[in-house]
Amino acid sequence: MKVLGRRLSVPVIVGSAGLVIFMLIAALAPWLAPHGPAEAFLLDRLSPPAWFGGDSSYALGTDHLGRDMLSRLLYGSRIALAVGFAGVLIAAVIGIVLGLVSGYFGGIVDTAIMRLVDTLISIPNVLLYLTVLGVFGPSFGILITVIGLVNWTTFARVVRAEVLSIKRREYVEASHASGQRTHLVLLRHILPNIGGPIIVVATLNLATVVILEASLSFLGLGVQPPTVTWGRMLADGRNYVATAWWLATFPGVFITMLCLSLILVGDWLRDALDPRLSGQ
Amino acid sequence: MIMFILRRLLQMVPAVIGITLIIFVLLRVSGDPVTLMLPEDAPQSQIDTLRQSLGLDRPLPEQYVIFLGNLVRGDFGRSIRYGNQPVLSIVAERLPATLQLSAAAMAVALIISLSAGIVAALHRGRWPDHVATVFSVLGEAMPNFWLGIMLILVFSVQLQVLPVSGQGSLRNLLLPAVTLGAGLAAVLTRLMRSSLIEVLGQDYIRTARAKGLHPRFVLFKHAIRNALLAYLTVVGLQVASLMAGSVVTEQVFAWPGIGLLAIQAIHSRDMAILQAIVIISSLIVMVTNLIVDVLYAVIDPRIQYS
Repeated sequence: MKVLGRRLSVPVIVGSAGLVIFMLIAALAPWLAPHGPAEAFLLDRLSPPAWFGGDSSYALGTDHLGRDMLSRLLYGSRIALAVGFAGVLIAAVIGIVLGLVSGYFGGIVDTAIMRLVDTLISIPNVLLYLTVLGVFGPSFGILITVIGLVNWTTFARVVRAEVLSIKRREYVEASHASGQRTHLVLLRHILPNIGGPIIVVATLNLATVVILEASLSFLGLGVQPPTVTWGRMLADGRNYVATAWWLATFPGVFITMLCLSLILVGDWLRDALDPRLSGQ
Repeated sequence: MIMFILRRLLQMVPAVIGITLIIFVLLRVSGDPVTLMLPEDAPQSQIDTLRQSLGLDRPLPEQYVIFLGNLVRGDFGRSIRYGNQPVLSIVAERLPATLQLSAAAMAVALIISLSAGIVAALHRGRWPDHVATVFSVLGEAMPNFWLGIMLILVFSVQLQVLPVSGQGSLRNLLLPAVTLGAGLAAVLTRLMRSSLIEVLGQDYIRTARAKGLHPRFVLFKHAIRNALLAYLTVVGLQVASLMAGSVVTEQVFAWPGIGLLAIQAIHSRDMAILQAIVIISSLIVMVTNLIVDVLYAVIDPRIQYS
């Protein structure tokens, strides 16, 4: 079967299926989860997974407060996907606007924007996030805003490069000649023609942001409890690694599977939509 | 060459100003540092005196210029938690641990990616290639701190062959270095594989083979050397993510570097330390990128720096 003029391969089918499953889990978490994410059964603390000799009502065991691991993992997908999509959306909007302006107008505007990109990519990003979250305090709103404000550089560079190659094409010059206003030329004629690379960057960036959110939560600077995050579960699990291996193992498996799905889909999209980016 | 290095150093100036400006604005927005230094019931006169002595009563642009002037002289301020010590000496004390960890991680990444990338490219489409691809995709999808915890689980808890934390010997360094280097190894393996495959398809490789050169000579002298150019660019660009990753890795292994220091500084709201760490690690990233640019000339004689 062909989609977008390219044959579907096993990795992309697995990746898409994984992505759909994670979205369903996030949407249906309250109905899928056997227990509440914060419901603590103190008598059943640190119970191993059911298939590892544990209580059959906790499929993946319980944590140090007796909360059901499976239920918490299912709920955790909500923050991972919400922060991922919202952060990438903000980054994409900023990056696309600045990339369009930079590539189209060139000159001093272009130089200024590209210098800003150079500056931002020289700062180790986790340190910048730590500083901002340390200053403003961690919350969902601050988290997605700062991810957007720091993460737009890839979008800007890709969009700029595309605009540079496209702005001398005949149809762009024709729309100028027919008196079309500049912002309409950018929105109607240039933007729709660089959609492919933008989707590719967004998909692969989503995996980066999911790992970033998990890292920040792991450091205690993500969305705060009682909201469940995979990163925070891992941080808790780190303290019990010697006695209860399932605490730290399963959240990581979930993060890896989500990112793997995104990378498999992103790689396929890159080959399908923009052969030049693939380098193979 | 010296002119090139000087010009590149000059180009770093706007970026350094940009970074210091971002940090300065962020930390001024965070609130009045004076309230953190004095007890809550301090009289207004005492607050005013301290503000005046720190120059916080002056206009913001003037404060920024003073701040920059202090940085140039190596004065990053004093820590409010570590007994009023100069921040620079606290950070300098922790920096070697981070540099050691990053260098070891880079070594791990280079060794794995060069060997795996070359083997995969030479066996394109066969099992060594597939194994390398699967591992590199997995390595990119896996958060490095989780890998670290899993390595602790296997090698420290189950097999009990390597220590959980601590610093000093090579045994202590091994798990943190693999943890931090694995993601980079994954990215670089994919890159080495694809750029070597591209080079091996070039005409000059066919010519070299046709004139009867030994295959190994063709591979090392003609192919790998050219494939390294794209590889090296990405190595340079990844230094920033290595520094970022070390923050989380240090937290997992309680490694006493500047990443762990940064996290402690946030929890104690010791902003002077945080600001010094951000600025110093960004400088390290920029200098490393400069070194990579110079290395180009060593590998590719066509590049002339004038």
